[in-house]
Amino acid sequence: MMNFSTWDIIHNLLLAARWTVALSLAAFFGGGMMGALILFLRVVPNRIAGLVARFYIEVFQGTPLLMQLFLAFFAPALFGMNVPAWVAAFAALTLWTAAFLAEIWRGCVEAIPKGQWEAASSLALPYIAQLRYIVLPQALRIAVAPTVGFLVQVVKGTALTSIIGFVELSKAGTIITNATFEPFTVYGCVALMYFALCWPISQSSRWLERRLNAAHQAH
Amino acid sequence: MVEALLVIDNLHKRFGNVEVIKGVSLTVGKGEVACIIGPSGSGKSTLIRCVNALVPFEQGSVTVLGIEVNDPKLDKLKLRKHVGMVFQQYNLFPHRTALQNVMMAPIQVLKRNKAEVEAEAYALLKKVRLEGKEHSYPGELSGGQQQRVAIARSLAMKPDLMLFDEVTAALDPETVGEVLITIRQLAEEGMTCVLVTHEMGFAREVANEVYFTDRGVIVEHAPPASFFTNPTDPRTKAFLSQVL
Ligand SMILES: Nc1ncnc2c1ncn2[C@@H]1O[C@H](COP(=O)(O)OP(=O)(O)OP(=O)(O)O)[C@@H](O)[C@H]1O
Ligand SMILES: [Mg+2]
Repeated sequence: MMNFSTWDIIHNLLLAARWTVALSLAAFFGGGMMGALILFLRVVPNRIAGLVARFYIEVFQGTPLLMQLFLAFFAPALFGMNVPAWVAAFAALTLWTAAFLAEIWRGCVEAIPKGQWEAASSLALPYIAQLRYIVLPQALRIAVAPTVGFLVQVVKGTALTSIIGFVELSKAGTIITNATFEPFTVYGCVALMYFALCWPISQSSRWLERRLNAAHQAH
Repeated sequence: MVEALLVIDNLHKRFGNVEVIKGVSLTVGKGEVACIIGPSGSGKSTLIRCVNALVPFEQGSVTVLGIEVNDPKLDKLKLRKHVGMVFQQYNLFPHRTALQNVMMAPIQVLKRNKAEVEAEAYALLKKVRLEGKEHSYPGELSGGQQQRVAIARSLAMKPDLMLFDEVTAALDPETVGEVLITIRQLAEEGMTCVLVTHEMGFAREVANEVYFTDRGVIVEHAPPASFFTNPTDPRTKAFLSQVL
């Protein structure tokens, strides 16, 4: 059996943490883009588009992320395709993130008073222009803090991808524990690293919330 | 008789099972001012919102400059280029300065030249006596100032008809006057206006015709001189005795 110093443990965990960060960022940006599309379908005055978006959101919010990961990983095998764990992890987390961000952003769009739409309408602005110049810029401002806050959920969500064999921070923790039989040290370090990632994010979300609420307030 | 600019004929509007406008007809000539007064909930806001198609209605006809609003193929944007609307709650765009609020529609809707629109926006803000406030955000302005920006914003589209929905109702008594001066000035310049108001003194001075609504119908209408001195309907009399 190999001999692991505490430094070796930390060093190996840090190497694996890079994958946690990479997967989080990729899923966050991919999910953000896709979430914007779902949001658009959700708010545009078209019944079919609205139903499609709602169905999407319900499905991904109403099932555990773990099941989504399993499906993304094992379903392609039914069709004779073998997807690498990182592809399945990225795909599932992106789809999941998109659903939650779309729903967060829809709340922000709906928080814009009806009078703003009405004023824009009565100035003959077409619907897309109302959205683009009046509603979205205001919704964006209130969306920044909860969006950044959701990044914490994404980071923690990546831990589940260890189950389909993607070697990120949690999976590395399990592997190292199996080699060292020092679960307390290893998982203690893993937890600290998650905290070191998430805490600054949630702090900046809070800071953004205060800052953006103070800037040129309406009324 | 002046040429009719707005003609409402037998308008009916229901929200669900409740009919809130029950056959209203009125005509406003070019350059005339119509004032609508009446108790809360009588359908005044709903009536003027039908005029610029903010609210759809099922029965009757509304025409603005000959454009039929109750037409399934109505081009709402075309209609709204002719009709300005000012709201009780101002509804300025809080993320844009006063000047940008005024410039928004001419640039985004009419696709006009920016420098030209900007020059006009400065002139409009000067006209509503807001020189020096061009770069203020709505949150930095008083209610009366915001409402005057809202008026300038509507005027920037060079409308043929202006709709005012209780535009002084949310203001402090001291600032009501400064908004009314602006509206009076518009009326004197020949702007066609429909205004829902509780300012009886103002209605008396600027209106060509005063309409009293109650529970979705026009109970009585007359030029202000006779309306305020000789109301005929008992409901009008009761209302006026309360507010005058
Ligand atoms: N969107 C809506 N859905 C359902 N009912 C509505 C809606 N808008 C207005 N109503 C109802 O229609 C009636 C007329 O409302 P409206 O706002 O036109 O009255 P108003 O004369 O403008 O009153 P106020 O003086 O209080 O502004 C009221 O009974 C109101 O509750
Ligand atoms: Mg009203």
